[in-house]
Amino acid sequence: MIACVVFGGFFNPLVMAADAVNEITVMTHDSFSISKEVVTSFETLHNTKIRFLKAGDAGAALNQAILSKNNPLADLFFGVDNTFMSRALKADIFKPYASPLLNQIRDDLKLDPQNRLLPVDFGDVCLNYDKKWFVQKKLRPPASLADLVKSDYKSLTIVENPATSSPGLAFLLTTVGYFGENGYLDFWKKMRANDVMVTNGWKEAYWGSFSAASKGNRPIVVSYASSPSAEVYYAKTPPDQAPTAAVIGDQTSFRQIEFVGILKGTSKIELAQKLVDFMLDRKFQEDIPLQMFVFPAGKSTRLPEVFIKHARIAANPVTIPYDEIAAKREKWIESWTETVLR
Amino acid sequence: MKKNNKYRPRILLITIPLLFLAIFYFYPLIKIFSLSFMPEGEWRPGKLHKLVSSGFYIQTFWFTFWQASLSTILTLLLALPGAYVFARYRFFGKNLIQSFTTIPFVLPTVVVATAFQALLGPNGLINIWLMQWFELPDAPIQLNHTLWFILLAHVFYNYTVVLRIVGGFWSRLECTLTEAAQVLGASPWQTFFKITLPLLYPAIFAAGLLVFIFCFSSFGIILILGGPRFSTIEVEIYRQAVHIFNLPMAAALSLIQIVFTFLLMWVYTALQRKTGVDIMPESSASALRNVTTCRDRVIVGGNTALMMLLLGMPMLALVFRSFSSDSGLSLVFYRALFENPTQSIFFVPPMEAVIYSVGFAGVTLVLAVFLGLPAASFLASPQKGLGALLDPIFMLPLSTSAVTLGFGFIIALDRPPLNLRTSLMLVPLAHTLVAFPFVVRSILPALRSIPRNLREAATLLGASPLKVWQAVDLPIVGRAVLVGAVFAFTVSLGEFGATVFVARPQTPTMPLAIYRFLGQPGAMNYGQAMAMSSILMMVTAVGFLLLEKVRIGGMGEF
Repeated sequence: MIACVVFGGFFNPLVMAADAVNEITVMTHDSFSISKEVVTSFETLHNTKIRFLKAGDAGAALNQAILSKNNPLADLFFGVDNTFMSRALKADIFKPYASPLLNQIRDDLKLDPQNRLLPVDFGDVCLNYDKKWFVQKKLRPPASLADLVKSDYKSLTIVENPATSSPGLAFLLTTVGYFGENGYLDFWKKMRANDVMVTNGWKEAYWGSFSAASKGNRPIVVSYASSPSAEVYYAKTPPDQAPTAAVIGDQTSFRQIEFVGILKGTSKIELAQKLVDFMLDRKFQEDIPLQMFVFPAGKSTRLPEVFIKHARIAANPVTIPYDEIAAKREKWIESWTETVLR
Repeated sequence: MKKNNKYRPRILLITIPLLFLAIFYFYPLIKIFSLSFMPEGEWRPGKLHKLVSSGFYIQTFWFTFWQASLSTILTLLLALPGAYVFARYRFFGKNLIQSFTTIPFVLPTVVVATAFQALLGPNGLINIWLMQWFELPDAPIQLNHTLWFILLAHVFYNYTVVLRIVGGFWSRLECTLTEAAQVLGASPWQTFFKITLPLLYPAIFAAGLLVFIFCFSSFGIILILGGPRFSTIEVEIYRQAVHIFNLPMAAALSLIQIVFTFLLMWVYTALQRKTGVDIMPESSASALRNVTTCRDRVIVGGNTALMMLLLGMPMLALVFRSFSSDSGLSLVFYRALFENPTQSIFFVPPMEAVIYSVGFAGVTLVLAVFLGLPAASFLASPQKGLGALLDPIFMLPLSTSAVTLGFGFIIALDRPPLNLRTSLMLVPLAHTLVAFPFVVRSILPALRSIPRNLREAATLLGASPLKVWQAVDLPIVGRAVLVGAVFAFTVSLGEFGATVFVARPQTPTMPLAIYRFLGQPGAMNYGQAMAMSSILMMVTAVGFLLLEKVRIGGMGEF
């Protein structure tokens, strides 16, 4: 005990003031980003300072929020998606907040009637393909999931492992929605026979094997419907046409919705509510696309030009209720693993 | 000799390292284990029966074990000749080559994967050459998602561990014994197997052990290069803890990993006691010889060529890609590192990332040496009873999954005086946990090789224990301390698994910055990741060269 005090005394000067009065802390995942200007505008308006804590990927960050629920690390949590939603709600770590700004948000994204989790952005997980490759090989690009198992498309596709990757899980859910619970495994059996490649994460799939992005040799990959716009935005010299395209036909994508929530145990409830309002409001919403390459949840948010030209929203994505996902995901993943990997 | 007199300072030696481990390792670990197994104060095994009822976990354990064994043997076989060359020869560029062999150690797995892809992938350089030369229709080398790729990467990462630890030890072996054997008519091979090899055992075992534990808890390599058909215990722990949130299972697997490492270490410690040999320390300078004969040239040339091929080529491929664009060589990716087109609040200019990384690595180095040197000094004398358990315990942090410990930090270090959850100090503290075992293992073989009569002579002549340590131990182990320091520095520069949990977003390390670039599509992101990786390699190399200078300036010759 004495040792603890001694050690603590030694380190305390190095510990950042964890609980300054006019500071609000947002816990989130690695991929979160926002522009300086937007943050500053909130900070000046409310005479506060926003502190961000990033705690690994979306799953790891949420789990840490749950583990620390008796002594929360933050006032807000951003980045729970609909595949993890049930875990978050079951752990009972969020306070309901019916923000008045919710009327500016698309209704199809509001999944929690108690408003513990409020939608901020969404992205459609779907197939992307390398346009040049298909032109060179004079092959028609895939238009639906069923195309992937045709012999012309043998050894062309990369998917991510649903057990270790969130786009991977989203794509598995797409197939469950598209082929039904009785048919999806059949599809995956044929995918295996057609030499589908499975990687454990999006980075390895996209940077490691996708022909449009690296030295890979496969022209079809599971990514986001907004990925082509990132390819344009982050090109060395912006091209007129994106080098890749997204397949967003009927029921060929899964919509991942990201939510924000106020953590129970916050002592700054008012400021936290103000920040939630701010995140649903125009300024923040308009900043989202170029920061995270997903779509804002706001109904009439203005999109940047590169999004208007090169990013698409799926008209009819697969929808599976989040509690059904929670109840069956382990079973689906296990059956998938048996079918595709073993 | 009065026993009491000798005993007390020894206890003091061990107090601080033990206290450090107790607070930053055992306390968080016990917290997370008890929360996992007993969420509401009572035993809740969850779905633990699956551990034995499904063959999956037994298979996973078996695979984890044998891939680590195979990787260790391969690394030893490939690196021992290199260690010989570094221990016995003096040649141009030796320091440079040595520091460059350590660079792989700091590279994030996803970057290494890209490097190998650029070199050996289906559209990689080598496959394209082979296809052109032999007019093949398909790429002849298909490494992706094979066991070979895992082994290759493990050798790539760990070559330097064997090279440095065994090489450092070897350079101090006296030549008189081997010379005597040769005078008596033994062939060079006989001399090697009968004399040199047994003398080297302590260092070989120490290095082999580190490599084994490193490969046993392999995560990124298995996940990225091995692909979804391979799984180690570490990978399963992450999956259970993060994706499934089955904490009892994650905790049970962590515990299995820890217990296994402990048993392994225990056997090792017992063996170690039998293999340690006293040797007279020798000035390394006298044992070095120049490359003169044809045989020398083949040996030195062959080994440096192997290092170039195995370690140099993938790294060169990375550097090459960081400079290459459609219109030939360009600095466009490096220039982009300084720009923040989206005005993101998390943008970090490259110099700042370098400063954070080097700063954390510097603190880690000091902490790890400060804790590791007394710990190793304590362990160096033969231990009985409780003392014999300490050596295995000191190695445990190396094989503990980062996610388990990271979660432990969150729930354990949350109240004053240890309210460290969001502290900047958490990064070097976490790094020190991983670096500390490297320091201990680097120093121990050298300390143990000091003949006891040297210390006794000094004591008889009236030197205090501290004076004995200063006059006898330190000059002999200086080189080994440096090896340990280099490892601590390196471990910190490259650490990713724990850093991702404890680093604050505005002060990321270089590996974190690299991961950020790779998180979004687009050629500029890819190029900047390669540029940042090249900077990381350069910073590492410069750091090593400076560390080597410290030895020459500060401690003189030994």
